[in-house]
Amino acid sequence: MQNLVEIRRNIKQRQLFNNIFALVGLFIILVAILILLALTLRMFIDGAPRLNWGFFSNFPSRRAENAGILSAWIGTTLVMLVTAVAAVPVGVASGIYLEEYAKKNWLADLIEINVTNLAGVPSIIYGLLALGLFVYDWSLGESVLTAGLTLALLILPVVIVTTREAIRAIPNSLREAAYAMGATKWQVVQDHLLPYSFGSILTGVIIGLSRAIGETAPVITIGALTFIAFLPDSPIKSEFPFISFEWLKAPFTVMPIQMFNWVSRPQADFQVNAAAAGAVLIFMTLGMNAVAIYLRYQLRKGIKW
Amino acid sequence: MVEQLEKAIDFQPVAEVKHLDFYYSGFHAIKNVNFDIPEKKVTALIGPSGCGKTTLLRCFNRMHDLYPGNRYQGGILVNGVNILAKEVDPIEVRMRISMVFQKPNPFPKSIFENVAYGLRIRGENSRTVLDEKVEDALKSAALWEEAKDRLNQSAYDLSGGQQQRLCIARALVTEPEIVLFDEPTSALDPIATNSIEELMSGLKQKVTILIVTHSMQQAARFSDYTAFMYMGELIEFDKTETIFSQPAQKRTQDYLSGRIG
Repeated sequence: MQNLVEIRRNIKQRQLFNNIFALVGLFIILVAILILLALTLRMFIDGAPRLNWGFFSNFPSRRAENAGILSAWIGTTLVMLVTAVAAVPVGVASGIYLEEYAKKNWLADLIEINVTNLAGVPSIIYGLLALGLFVYDWSLGESVLTAGLTLALLILPVVIVTTREAIRAIPNSLREAAYAMGATKWQVVQDHLLPYSFGSILTGVIIGLSRAIGETAPVITIGALTFIAFLPDSPIKSEFPFISFEWLKAPFTVMPIQMFNWVSRPQADFQVNAAAAGAVLIFMTLGMNAVAIYLRYQLRKGIKW
Repeated sequence: MVEQLEKAIDFQPVAEVKHLDFYYSGFHAIKNVNFDIPEKKVTALIGPSGCGKTTLLRCFNRMHDLYPGNRYQGGILVNGVNILAKEVDPIEVRMRISMVFQKPNPFPKSIFENVAYGLRIRGENSRTVLDEKVEDALKSAALWEEAKDRLNQSAYDLSGGQQQRLCIARALVTEPEIVLFDEPTSALDPIATNSIEELMSGLKQKVTILIVTHSMQQAARFSDYTAFMYMGELIEFDKTETIFSQPAQKRTQDYLSGRIG
């Protein structure tokens, strides 16, 4: 009986530290979430008066109450489109190659270290690289295309790393099962690895795009405009061949630059515009994340191991 | 050893293992193994854990080629062709010799697509051919009655024993010359094990079976020939009843009586 009392005292002692950690952890999380919520909420409240149809359909203006984000949100959407189209195929293909095809030797290790480190390079460095390479050497101009490619470079490491991790998470028994049937490496990739890892890869892509959508420094470096009162050429035409890629060469601005522009003005009315633009930007990011979560849920429904 | 091998050969071999050595990087896992595999019989590979029986089995479909650093020496002749030769594409070998693994490993696809996969990768897309061959394979694997109404459901909806029979159907659909089984019942309960064993005994009329098993009882129950391996060497190969009733080698005797292993 004496023994049981001692065991209980011992357990109590050890549980104490367990409970302390749980409480401290909960407290820290609550503080962090509350601060974030308060800041976001404040921005929404500040920006609320300007969040109407006109705000989305007007160009920027010298008068705060007439100014809108039309050129900014269209610019952001087009740049994100170019970014995704450029980064996803290259990133996913690189991930597959490194994980399934490349021989595991010192060169592969070197590439792996470099790719991981690239994810941590400050974004303005990518801006400088793009200014030299895309704007001057390739003469792509200060255009939607240049911005899209720059941000694609920026998120490429994220896409590569998540692709590799997603493919690595597939049990080896499934690879062996497919190879044992006489499948080629490409058939294994196409029939098994890609479909099973699609949800996770998509998550990585969206995380990358969510980072890219808020980037300001590299986009300013390559020469995005801060005030623009016209839209890029329409991609859809009424005459043959009905689609046009002229918009790729158009000058542009993006949401964070528009926001920055308004924040830097002294008039209080423009601060309201900046808050409203911030709210829209957060909604765009949340929207992308929501799509990612939904797609991942749908795609993983039938797949478990 | 040589006389003993000659005594055992009273059959038409479908495959001949000749002076086979296998290395995992520096580790010599299979040491000069020689024996013949009889056609349309069940040959069991037994021996203690780590003796190299699974390694030997995986030589037959060149699974070791998937990982760097592995090396074969010697040969496995199937119809006179050394399938371990560098110039033979491992894919060709795997198309002729299929495999069922230790743990059921169906693809996260429908039951139908699991079985049809071997045909699909060969470029077979005709629905009638696929339907017919999938049905035949599922019948051979004694799964047709349970699966025929749910071919489009996920293979993961099946029980463990059914999944393993699905994997057998998947291995049979391409009409291979040899089917390799790597401890196919070790992850299953006794009832599922029993149904898989019955299935394998029936299969040997159609196909040559090479099976690795941990369970001596399993080898004794339904194999025709048994090879006993120890520390990477083939100690004894003979008819199953001979191995279990009067083994020629001391080490076989010791293993069967539980003194080693």
